[in-house]
Amino acid sequence: MSDAPTDDQTEDAAPPPPDPEREELVAALRRDLGDWLIEHVNANGDLWVRVDRKAWLKAGEVLREKHGFDYFCFLSGIDWLNNAELVQRYEQVWDPDAEAAGDGAADEGPYVGGRVAGGDTRFQVFARVYNVQRKLGITLKADLDDANPSVDSWVTVYRGADWHEREAWEMYGFEFAGHPGLRHIYLPVEFEGFPLRKDFALLARVVKPWPGLVDKEPVPGEDEEEGAEEAAPA
Amino acid sequence: MSALLAPALAALAVLPPVAAVDVTTYGWVTALKVAIVLGVIPAGALILGYVFLLKMMSHMQSRLGPMEAGPHGVLQLVADGVKFLQKEDIFPSRADRRVFAAAPLVVLMSTFLLYVVIPAGPRAVVEDLDTGIFFALAVSSISVIGVLMAGWASANKYALIGALRAAGQLIAYELPMVLAVVGVVIQAGTMSLSGIVVAQANYEVSVFGLFEIPKVPYVFPQIVGFLLFMIAAQAELSQAPFDMPVAESELVAGYMTEYSGFRFLFFFMGEFGSAFALAAIAATLFLGGWYVPGMSMDAVASDIIGPLVLGGKIMLVAFFIFWVRFTYPRLREDQLQSMAWKVLIPISLVNIAVTGVAKVVF
Amino acid sequence: MTVTEPQQLAYIAGQAAEARLRFELETEGMTLNIGPQHPATHGTLRIIVRLDGEQVVWADPSCGYMHRGYEKLAEVRKYQQVTTLVNRIDWLSSFCNEVPFILAAEQLYEVEAPPRAQWIRTLLFEMGRIANITLFLGEMGVQLGAITPVFYAFRDREHVLNLIEAATGGRFHPNYDRVGGLKDDLPKGWVEETKAVMDKVREFCDQMEDLLLGNEIFERRMRGIGVIPARVGLGYGLSGANIRASGVDWDIRRDEPSVLAWKDCDWKVWTHTDGDSFARYWVRLQETREAAKLVDQLCDGLPSGPIMAKMPARLRVPKGEAWVHTENPLGEMGYYVVSDGGPSGPFRCKIRSASFNNISILPWILRGVYVPDVITILSSLYFILGDIDR
Repeated sequence: MSDAPTDDQTEDAAPPPPDPEREELVAALRRDLGDWLIEHVNANGDLWVRVDRKAWLKAGEVLREKHGFDYFCFLSGIDWLNNAELVQRYEQVWDPDAEAAGDGAADEGPYVGGRVAGGDTRFQVFARVYNVQRKLGITLKADLDDANPSVDSWVTVYRGADWHEREAWEMYGFEFAGHPGLRHIYLPVEFEGFPLRKDFALLARVVKPWPGLVDKEPVPGEDEEEGAEEAAPA
Repeated sequence: MSALLAPALAALAVLPPVAAVDVTTYGWVTALKVAIVLGVIPAGALILGYVFLLKMMSHMQSRLGPMEAGPHGVLQLVADGVKFLQKEDIFPSRADRRVFAAAPLVVLMSTFLLYVVIPAGPRAVVEDLDTGIFFALAVSSISVIGVLMAGWASANKYALIGALRAAGQLIAYELPMVLAVVGVVIQAGTMSLSGIVVAQANYEVSVFGLFEIPKVPYVFPQIVGFLLFMIAAQAELSQAPFDMPVAESELVAGYMTEYSGFRFLFFFMGEFGSAFALAAIAATLFLGGWYVPGMSMDAVASDIIGPLVLGGKIMLVAFFIFWVRFTYPRLREDQLQSMAWKVLIPISLVNIAVTGVAKVVF
Repeated sequence: MTVTEPQQLAYIAGQAAEARLRFELETEGMTLNIGPQHPATHGTLRIIVRLDGEQVVWADPSCGYMHRGYEKLAEVRKYQQVTTLVNRIDWLSSFCNEVPFILAAEQLYEVEAPPRAQWIRTLLFEMGRIANITLFLGEMGVQLGAITPVFYAFRDREHVLNLIEAATGGRFHPNYDRVGGLKDDLPKGWVEETKAVMDKVREFCDQMEDLLLGNEIFERRMRGIGVIPARVGLGYGLSGANIRASGVDWDIRRDEPSVLAWKDCDWKVWTHTDGDSFARYWVRLQETREAAKLVDQLCDGLPSGPIMAKMPARLRVPKGEAWVHTENPLGEMGYYVVSDGGPSGPFRCKIRSASFNNISILPWILRGVYVPDVITILSSLYFILGDIDR
């Protein structure tokens, strides 16, 4: 069961032939969306399609009305910002050998590479819908502006998108144009900041680095050496 | 009840200051009867609560119920009572204090008044009114006011919804109850409960003129009335399937939500006391009351055995009330109302018509 | 009583119109909070409803009282550590939450668990389904006022929980799945015990059918209440028994390719045409019986072999994205896991939980509904707070 093709993997065998049904779907979408369909990945029995953010709503409409994708699975966002310092602070187990092996993400620049239908920008909105008659699913992605991540709302097409867009706004700060009321769904009204962004530090980790120093008291009667402190990774 | 009468009278007779007073006067006897009733109500509530609510329900739900307080948990309700009594008397801040405090008293008072007419023996009745059953049904309606007072004065939306539902339901189900009783009254020819017991003792059914079955309780000719009365009683007691006012999964505790401590105890006692009383009335009207064939109408022995017989019949009726309570889901308010008005009342009217015709013809 | 889609839509339109009319008449309505502390919401869900008498004019659920930030927490943990977190999303069928995440991780790791492990995973998955849905079957009665069935539910589900504990060590939070296989093999004699327990489960289902489904009051409270037309349900993303009760024949176990053992067993997907609360209850009852049947078949056909694949030491997860979803008891649960090739765990872990979508339909469905029916609809949609709030 191979992974979606990535930049760094060498392919030993020829990749399996792409699924004809999905290829046909991609061709149809290309006819509907034209240049706005930027790329697609058809692998692993699944389909990813990246569109331009101006075509986000149109893609949803086309999928629902013309191709029968009426089951709304979810809609959310990804923040591709890779901050090595944050990771180091969180994980205290930055492995220099692994990084030297050339597989490390730190030398990719500001954004994580090797993404499937990965974006060119920091923020990406992605959604998944299904056609339950034909048992097909499709993941739709769109890159958003770094400074002002906004996109059209899918509420008119998929009613379930209402709550998912509220969550995406709350967690990432995406503006969904045309949404009836973007307000907090999980967090209290006074909450400041967008938690799922990579630069929003997880407070628990800032206050106390994980896993923390383990205090061991010597069991009465045992040797004093047992009481050595250890900073063991979990 | 009568079993306590004799030793109590004897005890009073020997006390010197009291010896000078004639204890057979109406005042003293009534006072004694009232004292006994005041003892019976919590005792009856406790017995019903323990046997049916704690033990029968638990066993039917494949669990044991309380086992700690006393052997097999018999003292559990006593412990609960003490617990309630020692709690802080809390008023919600926006509640209307006087009405809030008065509401449980109104409900409890209506329950107490029910016991005035229930006969437990030929002479063991507090007051044998000529309009016995009419009086009983009238005072049982007073509890509606108490429920409304409780719901409104609680300053709690859930309590208000529960009280309004209760008012609608209790009023709607008064009618089938009254109309079911009318059939019995027609057959007995009297509204006095003692008179109805005597009538059942003398009632003979002739089967096609061939032979006669003596001493038939009214449950047989009035089976429809009995079922109607049981359904209406279930609704009057706010037990499932008619427990919309106290729908636990929706309204927490309905009109009783804001009550704690001894006020809640009053409601609880009112509920079980009413259950005891209504079961007693059902037993008296339909099952023959304190009489079983073989008892005499006059002897003192009947005053002692009568309460026991009545107690047994109460347990039987209460068994069915509680069994239905924890088996059935609850009816929605509008379904409940439509059942009362569109189903039960027409049936009870037909029952009255048939009874009246049969009484005259046969 | 079969209800056609035009009838369903007409019913809903009528209710909504009535509610709108009352609202426009400007009668004094009452705003009520159902929750967050309330016996009917399974946890801390708050629904703000505006009532006109006993009818709801509008309803607005407010969730988040149990939001624990799982998606952020998953980003700072390793893959093996995330299973402990994820157990606690749908706590009644905990093992079922672990499985899709571990499958996604295995896709990223490019590792496949051996057949015995996949079969045991399926087995415990179905047992989690039984543990979860038997509770629903009982507590649906409690929400309606029948207090007895829930005790039978708890009593019979104890057996299933004991089995899960015997196998994994935890009744509620097994934490048994590992990337590449399972923690331990099954104890000796477990398979025979399981088959005996499945007989009890079937007996329980028969009891529930007698006690509740045959009850006239139950039918009057449930039939025609909370009708969800198929197209609306799909638009909101309703999944599991909720959408199958509206006639949509969609079950991820059958319709999506999976490495788990469902394809090797003979079982049926149950649907119902009415889309009301009764249909949802009925479908879940049949699903429990089907799950017992599945467990029996899985017990019979359990392959032998290792339960953990050979994993190289010092494993680096290649970059990539994986999406795995399964048919959990509550609905469709899926994990979209992104790996950045780094040493720590997932770069992004989007958790698609079933109850979040199931509850998003509430503002639409609760208009014009009576207060007791609000409780019925809530219970029949069946959500777990941990699943909504993650």
